[in-house]
Amino acid sequence: MNTTDLGYLVQVAFLLGASLFAIGLHQMNSPASARNGNRLSAIGMTIAVIAELTFVANSSPGIGNWLIIVGGLVVGGAAGLRLARTVAMTAMPQLVSLFNAMGGGAAALLAIDDFIRLGGQRTPEGALSSLDGWLVFFIVVDVIVGSVTFTGSLIASAKLMGRLKGQPIILPGGRFLSAVALIVSVSCSIVLVLAGAGLFNYDTQILDVLLMAAMIGALIFGVTMVLPIGGADMPVVISMLNAFTGSAVAMAGFVVGNVILIVAGALVGASGAILTKLMAGAMNRSIANILVGGFGVAEGSQAAMTSEGGTIREVSVDDAAIQLAYASKVVIVPGYGLAVAQAQHGVRELADLLEARGIDVSYAIHPVAGRMPGHMNVLLAEANVPYPQLKEMDEINPEFERTDVALVIGANDVTNPAARTDRSSPIFGMPILDVDKARSIIVMKRSMGRGYAGVDNPLYVNPKTGMYFADAKQGLANLIAAVKAQ
Amino acid sequence: MNVGTLINDLTIFVLAILLGFEVISRVPATLHTPLMSGTNSIHGIVLVGAIALGAAADNPLTGIVAFVAVVFAGANVVGGYWVTDRMLQMFKRRPVPKADKPAE
Repeated sequence: MNTTDLGYLVQVAFLLGASLFAIGLHQMNSPASARNGNRLSAIGMTIAVIAELTFVANSSPGIGNWLIIVGGLVVGGAAGLRLARTVAMTAMPQLVSLFNAMGGGAAALLAIDDFIRLGGQRTPEGALSSLDGWLVFFIVVDVIVGSVTFTGSLIASAKLMGRLKGQPIILPGGRFLSAVALIVSVSCSIVLVLAGAGLFNYDTQILDVLLMAAMIGALIFGVTMVLPIGGADMPVVISMLNAFTGSAVAMAGFVVGNVILIVAGALVGASGAILTKLMAGAMNRSIANILVGGFGVAEGSQAAMTSEGGTIREVSVDDAAIQLAYASKVVIVPGYGLAVAQAQHGVRELADLLEARGIDVSYAIHPVAGRMPGHMNVLLAEANVPYPQLKEMDEINPEFERTDVALVIGANDVTNPAARTDRSSPIFGMPILDVDKARSIIVMKRSMGRGYAGVDNPLYVNPKTGMYFADAKQGLANLIAAVKAQ
Repeated sequence: MNVGTLINDLTIFVLAILLGFEVISRVPATLHTPLMSGTNSIHGIVLVGAIALGAAADNPLTGIVAFVAVVFAGANVVGGYWVTDRMLQMFKRRPVPKADKPAE
């Protein structure tokens, strides 16, 4: 087959691949069909990769080129497989971040390579024969977005792994450095685009240096952007970096003239954008506010609330067990504290016990209950909790009024009624789980410490609330034993 | 890049974004983590571009750039799909009796 015909065939294969991506994503609309959807998407990917390999083979590249391709596939594939097989579900956010970094990094490399190679074709006078303004525009956007994603995701991943402190890290002069890096990056890019459009004549080496400067600026900006962001804001950050990766891949598609890259990048970009908006909405914060960082710092009105707000009632394990065992409807509200304590299996065991007694048990999942969108659902699914029991916020909130016992484990800010009522509260307006509307509430908590937002939770002094101070894992084990004794 | 190509590519780009919004806004919150890791594997499609780079590499510098790109994208694709599948198989309507993994 001649190269042109094969080229067309490869295009058709790409179209097929892109369609399978879209159909696969569509099947993600229900847990019943999602696994099949992911497989369809994987088949699409396989078709695209085989098509590309066939095309490459037809142009009979040298042995060195095959070494690069096959060697890279083996090394990368093995590393990816190893990570995917061994990662704990609690560590999903950092793995997703790591894959974001790789995708963004690869997309940036594509553009850099394109620039270097096209540079070789430039005429000696310095005119850019094979580059034009648009192409350079896509190259610089790809390089900048890809580089920001690369370092930003690595930092996010390191924070999630605990290699870096989860709390906001404020570098001295961090904002200034951030601004300088961004300005350098953007101004170099503008010069490059104008040169690409033929408005300037520069020596090719200067252009290469400018591209490197734009890249380094973006790499630094990625670091300074994510460092000051705190752990509980991670769902927003990861979603945003995901959207960035998608955009970088789409830009790479424009650069190398490959439609499947454009489609795939656009799909991922759209997904990341939707999730970013949902996550920010679930915390009632603007994306800009999260990026600027710092939350609940120096709010003067907090101390007053504790002093005017009633007393705390502690419950014993046996009291808690009796309440649970003789309820007819129980809603469990798991927070990240549950995952930290690795108590998902304990909670499932307790739920099974209660269900065996004929009690209706469901789980109320706040969108940001975890370190990435939907994280808590995966953790509970891993503990064999059937997914029909996992209820989203809007679905479960009307049910709290009919709930006998709401059992809050390791969740704090997302249950704080002050978000509904107290205009002066820093979390006012944040959508919360209406736990306080249940007939009685048991809060399992290690201590009276504040949540991430650093605000008091009036739920704890509510006369309906019993506080059970314990580590989630140990507390659940005690509770299970006490329920069994009933 | 001629204007025709540019407009074609932009058309595809914009339509794909709209399709993405349409399809993804129907994904329930329960599946947001697998969705994110699934889209993560989809952006591993840069692998196709990275393979093309590998084929075109003609000096040590572009060779190294291409190799790193293939490694990154390859890890992204293989790891992404695998871990998404691993997650999705855990979502069950009712747990399989006695299929409990030892609690870690």
